[in-house]
Amino acid sequence: MRELVVSKIKEGTVIDHINAGKALLVLKILKIQPGTDLTVSMAMNVPSSKMGKKDIVKVEGMFIRDEELNKIALISPNATINLIRDYEIERKFKVSPPEVVEGVLKCPNHACISNAEREPITPKFYIKTEEMRATARCHYCGRKIENLDNYIS
Amino acid sequence: MMRHLISIGDLDREDINYILKKAEEFEDVARGEKKLRILEGKILGNLFFEPSTRTRMSFETAMKRLGGDVINMTAQEASSIAKGETLADTIRVVSGYCDAIVIRHPLEGAARFAAENSSVPVINAGDGAGQHPTQTLLDLYTIKKECGRLDGITIALMGDLKYSRTIHSLIKALALFDMRIYLISPEALALPEDIIEDVSAEIRRARLEEVISEIDVLYVTRIQKERFPDEEEYRKVSGSYRITAETLKSAKDSMIVMHPLPRVDEIHPSVDSTKHARYFQQSFYGVPVRMAILSEVML
Repeated sequence: MRELVVSKIKEGTVIDHINAGKALLVLKILKIQPGTDLTVSMAMNVPSSKMGKKDIVKVEGMFIRDEELNKIALISPNATINLIRDYEIERKFKVSPPEVVEGVLKCPNHACISNAEREPITPKFYIKTEEMRATARCHYCGRKIENLDNYIS
Repeated sequence: MMRHLISIGDLDREDINYILKKAEEFEDVARGEKKLRILEGKILGNLFFEPSTRTRMSFETAMKRLGGDVINMTAQEASSIAKGETLADTIRVVSGYCDAIVIRHPLEGAARFAAENSSVPVINAGDGAGQHPTQTLLDLYTIKKECGRLDGITIALMGDLKYSRTIHSLIKALALFDMRIYLISPEALALPEDIIEDVSAEIRRARLEEVISEIDVLYVTRIQKERFPDEEEYRKVSGSYRITAETLKSAKDSMIVMHPLPRVDEIHPSVDSTKHARYFQQSFYGVPVRMAILSEVML
């Protein structure tokens, strides 16, 4: 029997098939920060038959909303979500990139109003996905960005 | 009805044709030959966080020719406001004073953000290196009036294609019509690749002497000194992008030279008296075009 890298959870959200090395970014997207009360376990570079290596994140006792989970597609389009109740998978789905994201990405254009200090403004981006690669365009200045990992705020 | 005018990308071909047609109907009024007071009792708020002469004055003229009033906040006043107040708050306050706002701001996307915080229509009069849609509409109007059409035009864009917001706005609009576009610029000031990718038109880099006899429109922009690390480099580049009457000798009779103005020395005064010069006419056309936009957002 194979040893489990991360223990099973009773209830909560399992994010599987995260691109290797991106687990910490997933936590950032989900706004799970140091000091959280949640029980979070994370495995990085786990051997995977499909992906070679993958990361896994398990969040105990919390069912994260689909629209929050779908933001993971920005950095890991193959990620799958398992919602667990009583140790059983209640629902399983693949993340799909949102058309619009607010407050997740930061515009690299220093002259963009979304980077102005003190303005009550939330960065907003329009997402386009082609061949499993997501690109984003800033709602305010129109700047197009690729490799979205670099722009998670 | 158009609510705001933020980016030329918010308009389609039909919207543009509609505004240009309306502008034509206002030309007599813009010249002061006919009186029309359709904006009587309305107030326009000019918010210029950056200096501007012609854009601000032509909006003011357009508003007054239509019987309306204007309140102004100049760049100097804006700088004192900027010390303590956010743009969002300034807009919320000023939109209580007027029926539409015209904004120029140094940050890209500022006009869109202003629109989100305004209770009245917002018109973008230039946001940083971003958009300048009213300039684009008056440019299109100039081409249409002076060349008789927009489709089937061959146009060369010359000068600073990298930083010029006028060019970035214009090229998006040109692509909505069946135009052939030549880009003439020093390598360091070439049009950014992502803009070329976004535009579905026939675009080619060229040298002026290769295309001068073919083009219908030569659109010249200023090469700004501050874009260059040293003055020597600037002098070398700017010198090779200067138009004189001599440069235009092999042009078609009907070819027109446009410039958003102010010019520094990229168009020699000898060009002013040639049959090609249209830049002063172009700046006048800003008035009827802005009248069309103001009446569209306020009525």
